Amino acid sequence: MDLPTVWFFLIATLWLGYFFLEGFDFGVGMLLGIGTRDEKERRVLINTIGPVWDGNEVWVIVAVGATFAAFPDWYAALLSGAYLPVLFVLLSLIGRGVAFEYRGKVDGVRWRRNWDRVIQIGSWLPPLGWGFIITATVTGLPIDVNGDLRGGLIDLVRVETLLGALALAGFSLLHGAVFLALKTDGDIRWRMQRFASRYGALLLLPGAALLAIVQFRHGAAWTAVIAGVAVLASIGALLLLPRGRAGRAFTLLGVMLAAVVVVLFGSLYPNVMPSTIDSMFTLTVAGAASSPYTLSVITWVAAFGTPAVLLYQGWTYWVFRRRISTAHIPAVRVP
Amino acid sequence: MEILDVARWQFGITTVYHFLMVPLTIGLALLVAIMQTAWHRTGDPRYLAMTKFWGKLMLINFAMGVVTGIVQEFQFGMNWSAYSRFVGDVFGAPLAMEGLVAFFVESTFLGLWIFGWGRISQRLHLASIWAAALATVASAYFILAANSWMQHPVGVEIGPDGDPVLNSIWALLTNSTVLAAFPHTLAGSLAVAGTVLIGVSAWHLARRHRNSPVDDPDRRVWHTSLRWGGWVGLASFAAVAVSGDIQAKLMFEQQPMKMAAAEALCETEEPAGFSIFAIGDLRDPSCDNIVSVTVPALLSFLAEGDFESEVKGIEELIPAYQEQYGSHYPDDPRLGELAGMPIDYVPSLPVTYWGFRLMIGFGSIAAAAAAAALWFTRGGRVPRWRWFAPVALASIATPFLANTFGWIFTEMGRQPFVVVPNPTGVDGVYMFTASAVSAGVSLGEAVFSLVALTLVYAALAVVELFLLIRYARAGVDGVMRPPWEKDDPPDDDPPASADAGDDGQQKGRDQDVLSFAY
Repeated sequence: MDLPTVWFFLIATLWLGYFFLEGFDFGVGMLLGIGTRDEKERRVLINTIGPVWDGNEVWVIVAVGATFAAFPDWYAALLSGAYLPVLFVLLSLIGRGVAFEYRGKVDGVRWRRNWDRVIQIGSWLPPLGWGFIITATVTGLPIDVNGDLRGGLIDLVRVETLLGALALAGFSLLHGAVFLALKTDGDIRWRMQRFASRYGALLLLPGAALLAIVQFRHGAAWTAVIAGVAVLASIGALLLLPRGRAGRAFTLLGVMLAAVVVVLFGSLYPNVMPSTIDSMFTLTVAGAASSPYTLSVITWVAAFGTPAVLLYQGWTYWVFRRRISTAHIPAVRVP
Repeated sequence: MEILDVARWQFGITTVYHFLMVPLTIGLALLVAIMQTAWHRTGDPRYLAMTKFWGKLMLINFAMGVVTGIVQEFQFGMNWSAYSRFVGDVFGAPLAMEGLVAFFVESTFLGLWIFGWGRISQRLHLASIWAAALATVASAYFILAANSWMQHPVGVEIGPDGDPVLNSIWALLTNSTVLAAFPHTLAGSLAVAGTVLIGVSAWHLARRHRNSPVDDPDRRVWHTSLRWGGWVGLASFAAVAVSGDIQAKLMFEQQPMKMAAAEALCETEEPAGFSIFAIGDLRDPSCDNIVSVTVPALLSFLAEGDFESEVKGIEELIPAYQEQYGSHYPDDPRLGELAGMPIDYVPSLPVTYWGFRLMIGFGSIAAAAAAAALWFTRGGRVPRWRWFAPVALASIATPFLANTFGWIFTEMGRQPFVVVPNPTGVDGVYMFTASAVSAGVSLGEAVFSLVALTLVYAALAVVELFLLIRYARAGVDGVMRPPWEKDDPPDDDPPASADAGDDGQQKGRDQDVLSFAY
């Protein structure tokens, strides 16, 4: 494999890591509004992801930073092309991060309610936005010979991109519920368990539709096999959920996500962003890549950095592996 | 209004705002790590109280620094896509390295530190804050390396399509510009943290402890914090001055126009005087009506280290720039109203001239305040004057202002270039700001983005200040349960990770507030 291909693979992996990790913490944020009954339960939810959400978010920062370093043309075309969706994602992430940190700093009903709203909006919009943006890069944007967008946001709104938005949001919500079934105890645990088994199939439906469209329009024979894996994994997860096997379902949902990401990026290769105006303008892995020297520099950094990240991030999940219930939540104490 | 102006305003607003949080985070994280080390070593509850109190302020501030930092990484692609394509081979690498090496460490270990009180062993917990603090420093290094490359491109050659291509990452990371900018910025960050320590502690001392005994535990916390802040402040201001002098000397070589603009030095002088104050219309490039009050020969000293050397003025530099980089912008429709127009090589003189003076001026005030605070609190004293607390509080603003003006000076001073040509580097590695903006973005989108980000940032600034003031006023009682001053605080010093595995309902009830931060 040449270095540009390695980096195409690595960037897909970074997105996968982001969707896997931040997917469930987006889901937890979504469930803050629709899955809790009182303040203590909301605090349980937030504390399940408290120590890790910031580390999870770094995956997207590195995914985008790595795209800048390895495929500057792709970075420039995607972020300027999907300008408004990217902006809304940014605004949501700003609000969400601050909300987690500030929500508990003042003891007031209105204070907390307002930050809860910010967390919810900030947890719904980014998966919708990223689903939209990533599907757009896979299925193509109207870019000209310079890689600049011709047209506006409306040209990006298509069946695939809308399905992409719903698919990632649905997956995040389901993964969040399963995560909470694993991480909480008491009432919430069983409620999340029920929620996941009842609505699991519905939440995965947009993803299934997206997978089918991408496979039939852009896929190859080998991606069909991977798509089959995704289908089997999701069926397995949906069967395990009603039996209370949250841990295995969580893993299978991760396998499904990985398979879907492989199909999406695999059907894109050897392009990074097709042009819907003229295939002459399509950005390719080889054409958009940085020089071999730059790629080899960041390859060395990634070769040492990535395993370390996986080790210490994995370790934090181990440190904070205990289930949390309303009984653990101490009284509010603020100045 | 053109998209270029909107994009520049957005970059200016978001970057200056981001850099209000960044130095406080970097400086406080290091100081908190040192405080916790002191507690670890001595067991003195005063240091634990300091760790928790200043740690809390750091966290309130850190959240804002993180979220405003994401915008920085994305807006190059959003608003400056032509720039991103041109420099991507060089500029993206330090950004990616920052993410992989520094940012992951910072966010993960800070999470461990916040939630790890009593959950992981004390040693590991201490290591977590050190890891996070050092990662913020590493982060600063990579970002400054990227910025320094824009000021002084090195380690590149011209690639097949005319764009710069990296040929030595080592040259980029040891760029003389970053070697000077990094200590300058790091010292500036510690100066901010030191002044915050002084201001808040002085307020507590003056408000509550004018008459309390010297060994009152709360008084000791603030007195120690103030002394630490004073010494850290003084040392960092000295470092800021020394590194700033080195930077200025480099700037005379690397960006002569920026330095001439900083001095509003119109004619070449030998020896050149340092302007203290200028009267007249600085915007007039003809320079005829500027009357400057100068210290003779000082500028020559700043530039070359002697009192005789010649320093080139704006009038002489303009033709040199025109000859080398062209007198008119290319007639490219993507340049908008600048297409085919003459290039103005002189940065905005009022901004560079006053930015430079305000940076030095506010820095000097802050340094004087640190020295005064040390003097007034010598030997355990607490000043009794009514004005002490408000003046100390007000002085907190000065290093922030100095940092802000410093960045405005250095970034506005490189205009009209976004990548400044390196006089001794490879030919052709430079870019005009005007040709760096995104061509595919509409003016409406850019304006919407500018307005949305500015409004959100303004609202969040109010919230952050409100919280910082609230927690700063509350003091140690706001972050630790009294009686925290006892040697063995009941809830702040639980045993090491013995309870990590079990369900720990009992333990869960007793967790300190920081263990369940949310």
